[in-house]
Amino acid sequence: MSLNIELETKKDVLLIRLSGELDHHTADTLREKATAIIEKNDIRHIVLNLEHLSFMDSSGLGVILGRYKQIKQVHGEMVVCAISPAIQRLFDMSGLFKIIKMEPTEEFALQRLGVA
Amino acid sequence: MKNEMSLEFSALSQNESFARVTVAAFIAQLDPTMDELTEIKTVVSEAVTNAIIHGYENNPNGIVYIQVSIEDSLIDITIKDSGKGIVDVEEARQPLFTTKPDLERSGMGFTIMENFMDEVEVLTQPGRGTEVKLRKHLNSSKMLCN
Repeated sequence: MSLNIELETKKDVLLIRLSGELDHHTADTLREKATAIIEKNDIRHIVLNLEHLSFMDSSGLGVILGRYKQIKQVHGEMVVCAISPAIQRLFDMSGLFKIIKMEPTEEFALQRLGVA
Repeated sequence: MKNEMSLEFSALSQNESFARVTVAAFIAQLDPTMDELTEIKTVVSEAVTNAIIHGYENNPNGIVYIQVSIEDSLIDITIKDSGKGIVDVEEARQPLFTTKPDLERSGMGFTIMENFMDEVEVLTQPGRGTEVKLRKHLNSSKMLCN
């Protein structure tokens, strides 16, 4: 199973919906696609919807951290939503929740950034 | 009864998924929980990714070897490469440590392996390769009921 990436922009917010498996092999595509749209559309914030992500490993943490660093340069924030308990464990382990916010649903995440 | 399998494949990133799914399918006969299966898949993915990125530095001519042995509720997994080895294992195992931050590596691979498995042993020789031995007892095993 590979990774399916859905990208949508709402004002200066980039909504990324992932389904499938995020590992080293699929992380590169996500980095390229997200980076291109962040630069092209003057994106400041990111909402990451992981509802349909069935697998993730530390390569996923790396690419997510990379996008966080990218929007941090323009003082943006990142909100992750609909995260599964298994993937939440990886976030907890790496301390990512100290810098990335979590919301239960996409709607709450978009509301938080004022684009719901 | 002991049951074993082994696997070898090219050091290509598209084989990471193949490796973790194959190991999970072999383990499935022990009737693990979904959580345990996810943990096994994750650690296999971590060790195989390390072999490909760090051991072989993405040289597709490299071969990654996996051996799995199961006995009752005990799982032993060995993931091996004949790549460049690790100079300082102690340092490599530190959370967030990475030699390749430019590639957006999180440095969490070994930390995840240590969290998800009962035992993690790293045998390495610079210039010769690395062998990661992972051991886990399944709590859920219903072997006793059979």
